[in-house]
Amino acid sequence: MTISPLPTVTLPEEPPGATVEVRDLRMSYGTTPVLRGVDLTVGAGEVVALLGPNGAGKTTTIEILEGFRAPSAGHVRVLGVEPITGDEVWRADLGVVLQSWRDHGRWRVRELLAHLAGFYVPYSTPQRPRPWPVDDLLDRVGLADKANRQILTLSGGQRRRLDVAIGLVGRPRVLFLDEPTAGFDPQARRDFHDLIRSLADSDVSILLTTHDLDEADKLADRVLVLAGGRIVADGSPDDLRRSVSTTAEVRWARDGTTHVHSTDDPVTYLRGVFGAPGGPFTDLEVRRASLEEAYLTLVHRVETGADVDHAEARRLLSAVPTPTEETS
Amino acid sequence: MSAPAFPPSFAARIGAVLRGALRQTAIELRIQLLSPMLASWLFLPAVGLIGLSFLRDAPVMDSAMSIAQLGVPGILVMTLVTSGLPGIAGQLITERDDGTLLRAKTIPGGVTSRLLGDVLVTAGTALGPMLLLMAAAAPFFDGVTPASAGGWWTLLWVSVLGLTATLPFGALCGALLRNAMLLWTLAIGLYALLAISGVFYPISSLPGWLEVVAQALPVYWIGLGLRHAVLPPEAVSLELGQSWHVLETVAVLGGWTLLGLLLAPAALRRMARRQSGSQLEEARDRVLARGY
Repeated sequence: MTISPLPTVTLPEEPPGATVEVRDLRMSYGTTPVLRGVDLTVGAGEVVALLGPNGAGKTTTIEILEGFRAPSAGHVRVLGVEPITGDEVWRADLGVVLQSWRDHGRWRVRELLAHLAGFYVPYSTPQRPRPWPVDDLLDRVGLADKANRQILTLSGGQRRRLDVAIGLVGRPRVLFLDEPTAGFDPQARRDFHDLIRSLADSDVSILLTTHDLDEADKLADRVLVLAGGRIVADGSPDDLRRSVSTTAEVRWARDGTTHVHSTDDPVTYLRGVFGAPGGPFTDLEVRRASLEEAYLTLVHRVETGADVDHAEARRLLSAVPTPTEETS
Repeated sequence: MSAPAFPPSFAARIGAVLRGALRQTAIELRIQLLSPMLASWLFLPAVGLIGLSFLRDAPVMDSAMSIAQLGVPGILVMTLVTSGLPGIAGQLITERDDGTLLRAKTIPGGVTSRLLGDVLVTAGTALGPMLLLMAAAAPFFDGVTPASAGGWWTLLWVSVLGLTATLPFGALCGALLRNAMLLWTLAIGLYALLAISGVFYPISSLPGWLEVVAQALPVYWIGLGLRHAVLPPEAVSLELGQSWHVLETVAVLGGWTLLGLLLAPAALRRMARRQSGSQLEEARDRVLARGY
C-alpha cells in the first residue's frame, strides 16, 4: 500500500491533476450546520475512503461532489469543474453508484445496463472507448448468469453489484460509491475489491463511503474521517492507526512458549528478543491498533467535545514516522 | 472514417437522448401492456361497452343515432383522458420515489430522455387500450371504427393533439404533488370534467354556463374530434351549430398544448433539481412506514 504524502499545516496548494479538490466546504440545512469547513483532495488513480458516523455529512458531501446539491460555501472542483454547474460532457466522466431501492424492478438486468450504456456512445474517444461492453461488465461484477433475470428477483447483494456495474458502464474518470458493498457475500466483496483496485490502476479516481473499516483498510490508499462537520483525520490506514496509539502488541513464540508484550518501540524490543539466546522462532507478529479502534477513538474524541481541529490532526499525522512493520 | 468528435456535437447528444427515450418506450410498453395492469385499464371501459350494448335501439334526442353509438366515442375519450393525464402524473411520482429519476440524473442526457420516454410510454398506454377497445367493439357496433381514410386521419390527429394538450398538465401535477395518494383528487376532478364535457350525451342538454366552462377545457374538444372521426356524417346534427368545428378544435387543443409546454418544463426541471439521495431516503422511509 502506498503512503500518500500528507499536506503541510498551512492549507496546501492543490497538487496539479487532483481529480477532486475541496476547500473549506460548508453546508447548512436551515440554521443547522452539517459541514463546517471540509478540505479534501483525491488524486488521479487514488482510492479514498470517507468514514464517519451516521449523520456526519458523508452523503451530503458526496452529493455536492456529484453536482446534486449546491453547497452553502466553499471551493469545490471535480475534474476542474464546479459540480453544480457541470454539463453533460462533465457528467459523462463521472460514475455514481447510488444506494438504490427499487427502480426499474421489472426490467431485465442486461436490458437496463445496455439501455444506460447507450447514453455514453457519443462520449466515446479513442483513448476512452465508451461504453464498457455490457457483457464483459456483467461478467466482471459476477452477474453474467443473471443477465436475463428481472431486476426485482435479484438478491440485495446482486442488486448492489448491478448498481456498481451501472456506475462503471460509462468508463468514468472518477467514481463515487456510497456504501458499495452493503449486502455482499465475502466472495462478492473480494471480487469487488479486485475490480476497484484494477480500476485505480487504470487511473480512475475513487471516493467511497463505507461503514466497513476492514474494507477501508484493504481498499483505500487514504482514509478520511468526517465527524462534527470536519475532516478530523486524513491519512493512510496506517497513519490513522498510529495517530491514536503508538503502542504495538508483539506476540512471539519460541521453544514452545508464546509471549505477548506491549511496547511503544517494537523495533528496539525485537532487537533484544532476537539477541537473546534460544531455539528457533515459531511465530512472530507485530500488531498495531486496528483501524476500527483508531476510528472509534477519533470519533469519540470529537463527539465528547475534545475536538481536534483538522490542521492539528494533520500536524499530528505528519509527525508520524514512516512505518516499520515487521512480521515473519 | 474519421474519429467521432469530442466533445460530441449537439446533434449527437440529442440523438442519444432520443434513442434512449425510444428504447425506454419499447421496453416499458412491452412490460406494461403484457402485465395485469392492462386488465385494469380495460375493465371499466369494457363494462361500459357491455352496458351500452343494451341501448343500441334507444335514440338520442329524436335523432337517427342511438345512445350506444354516441357512447362508444365517449368511452374512447374517457379511456384516453383517464389513462393519459393521471398516468404520467403517477409515473413521475413513482419514479421520484423509487430512484428512477435519481438514476437518470447520474447519466448524461438521462433526465431529458427519461421524461421524454415517460411521455411516449404514457401516450402508448393511453392509445393502446383505446385501439384494443376499438378492435374489440367493432364486430358488435356500427361506427366504432372510422368508416373512411379521412376518419382515420381525424382519429390520429385528434388523439395526438388530445394527448399533447393534456399530458403536460399531468406532468405538472406529477411534479407538484407530494405523493401518490393525492392522485385520487386528480382522478375525481377528471371524472367531473368528463361528466360536464358532453362526452356521453350532447353538451346542449347541459345548463348554458356549464357549456361555456366545458368548452374552455380540452376534454370537450377531444370528444368532439373523436365523434367526428368515428360517427357517420349525419351525427353532426347533434353537435352545437351542426358543425364538427375542426378549426376551433385545433385552436383550443393547440392552445392547451402550448400552455402546458410553457408550464411543465419549469416544474419538471425544479423536480429533477431537487432529486437527491437524501430525498429518496425520505421517500423510502415514508413508503415503508405508511405504504404510499
